Amino acid sequence: MSTTRQEGAIAAEPRNWLGFVRDRAAYFTVPVLALLAFLPIGSLPTWGTLTLAGLAMGLMIFIMASGLTLVFGLMDVLNFGHGAMISFGAFVGVSTLVALGPLYLSSGIEMNLLALLIAALAAMLAAGVLGLVFERLIVRPVYGHHLKQILITMGGLIVVEQLIIVLWGPNEIPIPRPQNLKGAFIVGGVVLEKYRLLAVALGLVLFVVLRLVLTRTRIGLLVRAGVENREMVESLGYRISILFIGVFAVASALGGLGGIMWGLYDEVITAHLGMSVMVLVFITIIIGGLGSIEGCFIAALLIGLTNNYVAYLAPKLSLGSAIILMVVVLMWRPQGLLQPSGSR
Amino acid sequence: MGETGETLLSLSGVHTHIGQYHILHGVDLEVPRGQLTMLLGRNGAGKTTTMRTIMGLWQARQGAVRFAGEDIARLATPDIARRGIAYVPENMGIFGTLTVEENMVLAARRSGLNAERLDWIYSLFPAMRKFWRWPAGQLSGGQKQMLAISRAIIEPAELLLVDEPTKGLAPTIIDALAEAIMALKQTGVTILMVEQNFALARRVGDTVAVMDDGKIIHTGTMAELGADTALQGRLLGLDIGGGTA
Ligand SMILES: Nc1ncnc2c1ncn2[C@@H]1O[C@H](COP(=O)(O)OP(=O)(O)O)[C@@H](O)[C@H]1O
Ligand SMILES: [Mg+2]
Repeated sequence: MSTTRQEGAIAAEPRNWLGFVRDRAAYFTVPVLALLAFLPIGSLPTWGTLTLAGLAMGLMIFIMASGLTLVFGLMDVLNFGHGAMISFGAFVGVSTLVALGPLYLSSGIEMNLLALLIAALAAMLAAGVLGLVFERLIVRPVYGHHLKQILITMGGLIVVEQLIIVLWGPNEIPIPRPQNLKGAFIVGGVVLEKYRLLAVALGLVLFVVLRLVLTRTRIGLLVRAGVENREMVESLGYRISILFIGVFAVASALGGLGGIMWGLYDEVITAHLGMSVMVLVFITIIIGGLGSIEGCFIAALLIGLTNNYVAYLAPKLSLGSAIILMVVVLMWRPQGLLQPSGSR
Repeated sequence: MGETGETLLSLSGVHTHIGQYHILHGVDLEVPRGQLTMLLGRNGAGKTTTMRTIMGLWQARQGAVRFAGEDIARLATPDIARRGIAYVPENMGIFGTLTVEENMVLAARRSGLNAERLDWIYSLFPAMRKFWRWPAGQLSGGQKQMLAISRAIIEPAELLLVDEPTKGLAPTIIDALAEAIMALKQTGVTILMVEQNFALARRVGDTVAVMDDGKIIHTGTMAELGADTALQGRLLGLDIGGGTA
């Protein structure tokens, strides 16, 4: 009897080790890409600047994609309407900044950051509430039907875009960053744009927080378990539909947060913001592996970096760089970089 | 709590469709309280579908599933589980990216992990203690099955559904599982179990129901079926009454 158990342990050990290497291989893709890009770029300042730009872009994409990948993983729901929450969050955020004008444009950076914080919270709240409405009216009636999900959530996105145009007008809205968040620090020739640093910091904090929630809290465990095997979670007595609504709302709120951040990055927003970044968001989710937060994080960084390196090295290819990246990754790992499960 | 021997779970005239396929054709089944009922039958007979229908993972299109006097056929799976039914599915349903501990934490939904109960589980399955902090996906097949059963019993349930727990396992591990199941029976829990290993079924079963083609074709006591090789041959296609455990 005891020999059996030891056999089990021995049998399990190599798989553990292999799994360790396999998971790390995905993590190494980011530094490997950055180092490989250095060869053709050659100059350290240029490479450093592009790398920071790529990380900032990647982390903003991560913010928008992180919740959505859980929505996919948990309920197999293809929500092409996520862009609606991104656009709506951006517009509510910008309107909040306009309303907070004196604070936002004051010369004190604490005031600027406070205004940004308030705008970010407003964007998240608005997008989260819109997400709840979206889930109830648009997504819930089409559970289990992928084609219908694609069509109706796209339809929902178009409706929300039109609503934004009705509410805010058809023109793009410029939203200059306050003086304190313009400009850059120059360190050893590398241009460290302040806003990019802010985006990187926020994205990293969010990643750490999401990871902690997913690994240290009961709700997080339930989400991960649900991504692996929804039926078993329900068989243990948990109402996964309620959990899913919560995840959907959080994903939507994060979409809104990403929307306002992206808008401030471009210093202009349009109703089509959401739809245009959704392509990158979806590619991120696919590359990362549906339902995997770590995979989503790595994929977002890869996309941001690739986009910036290619834009510098071969500007003509830059539009297609994410697609090329997706093809390459899927040829290596057809299921995406990291697989959250296996049993379903 | 009711008395031993009265019916805890009963299915009557249950029809289940999966997509366009009509799988269960009027299943009638009674599971007496405090006993272990074996559900036997060849592959594809509909045993797993019956289990899943009880759990609400498939909806019965017709018929009643009564549990402790209540018709649960239209309830959602979480509500059925909350009535006190624990399920060990055929594929075990282990959360492989979670640790053994995390699997157990989620299973202890009502009151959290109870130290005494856990010690009892450790005594049934010492491997659970040993691999407590391991990702469950890295356990061997037998250890996964032990985890699946541990998860189902970490909180006392009225009824335990166990679908082919010995599938693909080595004989020594099957022995360990059989002992654990005997120990479980001592606690008085009601069990409905699917098992292909007839020697094991005969050893642990009290009553038996045999399925074929989506219907129950025989019910009786395990002792009676165990003693009647001709009946076994007819119902289960077994030439040798002893089986090969
Ligand atoms: N998801 C499914 N889709 C279609 N047919 C299924 C599905 N699951 C089971 N079946 C069919 O239902 C019948 C009963 O299967 P099952 O209940 O798994 O049998 P058992 O557990 O007795 O081996 C089989 O013919 C099987 O092919
Ligand atoms: Mg089966």
